[in-house]
Amino acid sequence: MSTTTATGPVTHGLMSTVWYNARRYPLGVAGAIIMIVFVLSAIFATWVAPLDPFSTNAKASLAAPGGTYLMGADMMGRDVFSRLIHGARVSLAVAIGATMIGSGVGAAVGLACGYIGGWFDLLVQRVTEVFQALPLLVMALVITASLGPSLRNTIIAIAIPLIPIVSRVIRSNVLSLREMPYVEAAKATGMSEWRVAIIHVLPNTLAPLIVLATAQLGSTILTEASLSFLGLGVPEPYPSWGRMLSESAAEYVRTAPWLVIYPGLAISLVVFGSNLLGDALRDALDPRQRD
Amino acid sequence: MLSYLIRRLLLMVVTLFGVSVAIFLLLRIVPGNIADILFDSAGLIDPAEKQKIVADLGLDLPLPLQYWQWLNGLLHGDLGFSYVSEKPVIDEILPRIPITARLAALAMIFAVCAGVPLGVISAVRQNTKLDYALRVLSLSGLSMPSFWLGLLILMACVRWFGTIPIYDRAPETFWAWLAMLAIPAASVGFRSSALIMRLTRSSMLEVLRQDFVRTAKSKGLSDTAVTYDHALRNAVLPVITTIGVETAFLFGGLIVTETVFNIPGVARFLVEAIRWRDYPMVQNLVMFIAVVVVSVNLIVDLLYMLVDPRIRYSE
Amino acid sequence: MAPVLEVSGLTTVFHTRRGLVQAVQDVSFSVEAGETLAIVGESGCGKTITALSLMRLIPQPPGEIVSGSVKLDGTDLLRLSEPEMRKMRGGKIAMIFQEPMTALNPLMTIGKQITEMVMLHDGLPKAAARTRAVEMLYHVRIPEPERRAKEYPHQMSGGMRQRAMIAMALACKPKVLVADEPTTALDVTIQAQILDLIGDLQREFGTAVVLITHDLGVVAETAQRVVVMYAGRKVEEASVEDLFANPLHPYPRGLLGSIPRVGSARGLDVSPDERLREISGMVPALNDLPPGCAFAPRCTQADDKCRSQIPPFELKQPNHFAACWQA
Repeated sequence: MSTTTATGPVTHGLMSTVWYNARRYPLGVAGAIIMIVFVLSAIFATWVAPLDPFSTNAKASLAAPGGTYLMGADMMGRDVFSRLIHGARVSLAVAIGATMIGSGVGAAVGLACGYIGGWFDLLVQRVTEVFQALPLLVMALVITASLGPSLRNTIIAIAIPLIPIVSRVIRSNVLSLREMPYVEAAKATGMSEWRVAIIHVLPNTLAPLIVLATAQLGSTILTEASLSFLGLGVPEPYPSWGRMLSESAAEYVRTAPWLVIYPGLAISLVVFGSNLLGDALRDALDPRQRD
Repeated sequence: MLSYLIRRLLLMVVTLFGVSVAIFLLLRIVPGNIADILFDSAGLIDPAEKQKIVADLGLDLPLPLQYWQWLNGLLHGDLGFSYVSEKPVIDEILPRIPITARLAALAMIFAVCAGVPLGVISAVRQNTKLDYALRVLSLSGLSMPSFWLGLLILMACVRWFGTIPIYDRAPETFWAWLAMLAIPAASVGFRSSALIMRLTRSSMLEVLRQDFVRTAKSKGLSDTAVTYDHALRNAVLPVITTIGVETAFLFGGLIVTETVFNIPGVARFLVEAIRWRDYPMVQNLVMFIAVVVVSVNLIVDLLYMLVDPRIRYSE
Repeated sequence: MAPVLEVSGLTTVFHTRRGLVQAVQDVSFSVEAGETLAIVGESGCGKTITALSLMRLIPQPPGEIVSGSVKLDGTDLLRLSEPEMRKMRGGKIAMIFQEPMTALNPLMTIGKQITEMVMLHDGLPKAAARTRAVEMLYHVRIPEPERRAKEYPHQMSGGMRQRAMIAMALACKPKVLVADEPTTALDVTIQAQILDLIGDLQREFGTAVVLITHDLGVVAETAQRVVVMYAGRKVEEASVEDLFANPLHPYPRGLLGSIPRVGSARGLDVSPDERLREISGMVPALNDLPPGCAFAPRCTQADDKCRSQIPPFELKQPNHFAACWQA
């Protein structure tokens, strides 16, 4: 029944396309809303947060949620809610920074592999296998160990293991695109290799790249949280969600559960939102990966 | 088949060699000489003492020679000595391996036993309320940090039993052992089960659309027979590969879970070694992890060949 | 002789996002034991949906058989419960599919795929069912059937797979065999062999065959009677000889004109002025059919009546039916 299958929206412009897809993917909209709230509170943290996330108050140590301290206070009497709002900045910085670097470099490497091929491709593939022999968190741990803990180094440590993941997908994408009839046709008209690459191949790798990058957002946030939880991520005084949950949390499980519940909830919610958004983008932009 | 195996083994050696070079170099670009740190932490002041530490650790040798010494030792089963405990690295690592291995195996068993059936149900009941519920469950499994899930479980233990399960090196019975590891295994395996569930679902949906499923129905087979005898076997194939990849990911989860539950396994030990800057330990632990990951991938690929006749019979 | 299969008023629709699609509308035909009825038409005309409707294999939702009856030896298949229908499928009415490459389970040996069905319908123990499977492979002229039974589909060529498929379909000696484009995916040389095989087995077992095809050459070689479908409806029904000699509806006339040397295999006369030509225009979308005759937009003889009223399907000549205002 080929006549009845959906052939996609008739595009009348950006807004109607967005509206069309928004109705088709309500879960994706939910994810987008979560992400927008997250990004806005990160940007406007100073205005949104009711209290100073850094100011300590001995009297408020381990204050229970309620009153001034909406989500309670930590050991040093700092407001958990305000720290969570400010912590969004760290998560956002890491998520965007690491994903951009990882996807950007990965895409460049993948394009190069698909285009140059030969020994270069072989070499990169071997290096990719080396990366794949180590779990992402182990890679990130070793890299932070070697660079030392700082926000910048955390971003780098998380971005590097992303590179081979992205480059592999882009590489295979480029290889299959190069075989496409319209690319062959463009070459047959005498267009130079590089022109073909930029005009025909690059734009077509964009959709899978966006899908892949969105899918990685959540995993970068989780990796940062794990690194900080282990005490090897973003150092004080930045309030990082992962560090708010760090080891001492094991004892707060008994005494101050709010110190455990809220930061974890923040991480899970944002990652959940990015996953919802990622799934919807995959369905909308890259039908081949649809499930 | 044999030539494929040989090729794979050779590639494995190349990969592991690459890992060894990478980890060796990474640990040498550390800001601050290891000798400085040890020197400071030991509270020494005499420069001669420092020279001695440098010489003892072989840090005065040129890098290629240092690397060769390590690699040579590795090939002969000599992993060197820990900076911290000054005991042979191998004696520190070996006893910790079974603890992590059991935890990982338990987590993987949990992940497969929960993930595959739930994925099948989700696919068979596509677009029902049950399917939506299971999809949200699996997506939240992928969104929760496993250490947080562990902490939540601990919190529930406090609330319901008034106590936290404590790791015991020598539990008396098998059941005591299982009870002790079940909670950490479930909290680390939840993510994997969520992933396996998602993949089983999409793989199953794809298989259910294929022609041979319609053929099976045209033979008069019941829905159950079509789903389990025909579709499921085909759907599980790609999931097997994922299980291999996921085993590598599992190690990341184990690091934090062992930390939360205070389990003296090899995964948590890596973090401790990094914190103490015990580089011979880090170096060898990372090599160990790489060997495990690469071997698991090989085993999974071989398993795949056994299950899929299309690959088994193609020479 | 009473027909084995009697289909009347079969109507199958699909509920899609773009509205109701009438895939099959009011289709009726009957087949006798040992007879071959061909259903012809372009892709999208509803012939495959008709075949799947007979088997009740329409994916539901979005599909739905809304009315009509499919009587097999007097039993209306559309009134059966699903468990009762399962006993029919494979047992009394079997189907072979277009793509031998994908229609067999890649992870199960050919023998097992036949055995499974024989055990289910004939209640044979495993060993006996297995013997039957090997016998069937022998019947479809697969060399070394014992060994081939242990092989997986990917180890066989397309022609061999289609033979195995036929062996499977006929393993329980069904009354009716529905063959959906059984030779389309095969090489021309293999096509003739497979058609001969179906014919031979049909004579041996007395099976009624419903052959779905777009290939008039195949029709000429195998069928006794033909139903021509267009846009979900029957437009003509006649014996093969009558249809080829004297097509009444302009659509089959166009089809016959669009293939060279049709029917020469059976000595059917094709007039010399029927040169190779094609029917201009496109098949209309099934959810957007014109108010009158669905073929009118492509028909050279269409007038206002054709464009406004659906022509009734009626007897035009002895044993020759058509739905056309002009015939």
